[in-house]
Amino acid sequence: MWGGRKLSCSGNRFLGVVISRYRGTQTESTRLITSAVYSENQFSWTPQTKPWVFSEYRIMWFKSYRMTFACLNRIKIYRYPWTRLYSTSRTTVDSSEVKTFLALAHRWWDEQGIYAPLHSMNDLRVPFIRDNLLKTVADHQPGKPLSRMKILDVGCGGGLLTEPLGRLGASVTGIDPVDENINTAQHHKSFDPILDKRIEYRACSLEEIVEETTEAFDAVVASEVVEHVIDLETFIQCCCQVLKPGGSLFITTINKTQLSYALGIVFAEQIAGIVPKGTHTWEKFVSPEKLESILESNGLSVQSMAGMLYNPFSGYWHWSENTSLNYAAHAVKSGVQDHPVPDEFVFKGETEELRGQDSTNAGAQEELKK
Amino acid sequence: MAARLALSRWRAAPAAAGRGPLLSCRRWSGAKADTVYDVVVSGGGLVGAAMACALGHDTHFCDKKILLLEAGPKKVWEKLPETYSNRVSSISPGSATLLSSFGAWDHICNMRYRAFRRMQVWDACSEALITFDKDNLDDMGYIVENDVIMCALSKQLEAVSDRVTVLYRSKAVGYTWPYPFPMTDSSPWVHITLGDGSTLQTKLLIGADGHNSGVRQAAGIQNISWNYDQSAVVATLHLSELSDTLSSLVWSTSHEHAAELVSMEEEKFVDAINSAFWSDANHTDFIDSAGTMLQYAVAFLKPTKVSARQLPPSVARVDARSRMSFPLGLGHAAEYVRPRLALIGDAAHRVHPLAGQGVNMGFGDISSLVHHLSAAAFNGKDLGSMSHLTGYETDRQRHNTALLAATDLLKRLYSTSATPLVLLRTWGLQATNAVSPLKEQIMAFASK
Repeated sequence: MWGGRKLSCSGNRFLGVVISRYRGTQTESTRLITSAVYSENQFSWTPQTKPWVFSEYRIMWFKSYRMTFACLNRIKIYRYPWTRLYSTSRTTVDSSEVKTFLALAHRWWDEQGIYAPLHSMNDLRVPFIRDNLLKTVADHQPGKPLSRMKILDVGCGGGLLTEPLGRLGASVTGIDPVDENINTAQHHKSFDPILDKRIEYRACSLEEIVEETTEAFDAVVASEVVEHVIDLETFIQCCCQVLKPGGSLFITTINKTQLSYALGIVFAEQIAGIVPKGTHTWEKFVSPEKLESILESNGLSVQSMAGMLYNPFSGYWHWSENTSLNYAAHAVKSGVQDHPVPDEFVFKGETEELRGQDSTNAGAQEELKK
Repeated sequence: MAARLALSRWRAAPAAAGRGPLLSCRRWSGAKADTVYDVVVSGGGLVGAAMACALGHDTHFCDKKILLLEAGPKKVWEKLPETYSNRVSSISPGSATLLSSFGAWDHICNMRYRAFRRMQVWDACSEALITFDKDNLDDMGYIVENDVIMCALSKQLEAVSDRVTVLYRSKAVGYTWPYPFPMTDSSPWVHITLGDGSTLQTKLLIGADGHNSGVRQAAGIQNISWNYDQSAVVATLHLSELSDTLSSLVWSTSHEHAAELVSMEEEKFVDAINSAFWSDANHTDFIDSAGTMLQYAVAFLKPTKVSARQLPPSVARVDARSRMSFPLGLGHAAEYVRPRLALIGDAAHRVHPLAGQGVNMGFGDISSLVHHLSAAAFNGKDLGSMSHLTGYETDRQRHNTALLAATDLLKRLYSTSATPLVLLRTWGLQATNAVSPLKEQIMAFASK
């Protein structure tokens, strides 16, 4: 997932000031230019503008997360919480990472902060989920289009996608293996009495709740999750188990192509520093073809697949025909008993990689060979 | 570690600013029992009431809670008064579309209004004039009394009383703004304290409380403003004895003259109006001949039909007790939006009435803001999020700034009788009158 911020906020600070003028107010532009100059030592910066008053909050946004991002660069071992493996047989929680995220747990909800691309991705993924779910119902209540729907948000993080779905009327359950994320999400929704009732958060992994929630959900959303999962087959199987027959599965993830390596790993992580180093592992990216075959083999028929492109300068996402970077997929669970379709596998030649445990290394080698 | 430093800077600074939101935030963390409204509109005038109405009738706001705060008492209109009110507004077709989108226009049509199709503007210091005419017989605009509009809006507000609550005699005395991003234990909503001590919380506060906006001042938004040395005198006139048609007057003049006009006897007032319309005391031969010269040139280059020059009306008498004056000025807020705050109407911009655009700009703000909020609600977004509020701000600032600048320029140009400027405006007016596409563009811009 693109967990970093848009390009303007890293590296060249003056460029950041110029780009941040998208707000378009005159008074702000002069103030921002003065605030661009600050001490190189990020731990003691002196603001060039007058003491903080509420009217200067906009500049403070940029200053505060610029400073935070600068200290992120200093923290060597850094991983996003989703890199914690999904298999329950091992726990790889690094306590130093947990401490890092404790300090940053409140950053989930800073719309201009490090999670800004995920916030702006909601402009694409919420309509995608909403419109596809509305197709499955005959009529809906205006104002609460997703009422009477039960949705599971796997890997919900701070609840960025869970809350909009809750506002649209659905009963949403958000799960995430990292406790701090659930705490942040819980805290954030507690202020809104309506969301408090509609959303439930649990700190657990998908496998842990599979038995108690078999065929309980109208929709399962796994956004920016499958590229961090080590056993994709088991994950999809669990998703299928918790879905009602005819239920929908929504996935957004990153494709495994040379372009995604060049832009997603080399450019975003190493050159521009938009995404912190080590967030993504290219081997774990999933191509649409591979995803489609796993879905089909588990009785989920793919309804649509669309590419998404992120513009780091404007901070907005766009739909695209091209799925070579990010893409979204919608699949529906068939109403009958699911059974594997061997012909499709032989045709795609991917049988060996998809079965079995510890398939990552073998899988990666097979992918690279192709 | 550095993040904690950032946090401590955030905390230290508000205390230094002397606002004390830190203390009130700690207080608010326990007081979650207050109702959390989705939208609170502060100010129940034409624009505020129309905003609450528009949101209440929007399909995507079906299950949202909207509150309208009005400092004045509730007005009840049993039946339409016989006499016309002296406060009227010129409603553009775009504003009429907005009003009909939530059913208020039907009420207005059932009460009273007058459509107009032609507008003529002439100069006191020369023979130059400009006429705006819509060939296709569409209405250019409508003259409606403000009371009639308010009555229509009240009726429509009552129709959606399950979603929209109106609190009369409620004035907000204090506002507490949230931090730009969530801090532990601080409420993310805007807290409003009313005069009677009760508090409300809201996800979005819309300031529609006029040009001395309390909301704008509390938010610390800079307001560029200056007073014109003018007051507007309003009155209801009866034209020509025979047909007894009524007309509304708005006369912008200096403060002293305005005070005189309001206090003089009715016959003298009528004489003053007639002489202002008919007198050519300010005409000079130089300007007259310069004007005539350009007129011949234009007629030579572009022979067109000559639309009949309408002579100024003769005023017969003025309605008793219908004279009033109010001061004029210009104002424009530097920012229309903040997180969880939006300004609309006169709170955001105040304009000279010469172009009849004041309330239309406010209605335009409402159209744009409702469009953005409706889309945001359908996407499940947090209503107070800056992402769509800045879309509204960009839309409207572009439109309003141009109109404000043009109106201010016209006001300054026409406030003087210095010969060079009179010459400039005479020729300018005649030239603009000759160029039909330009006039069409002006009419289209003003009709939005």
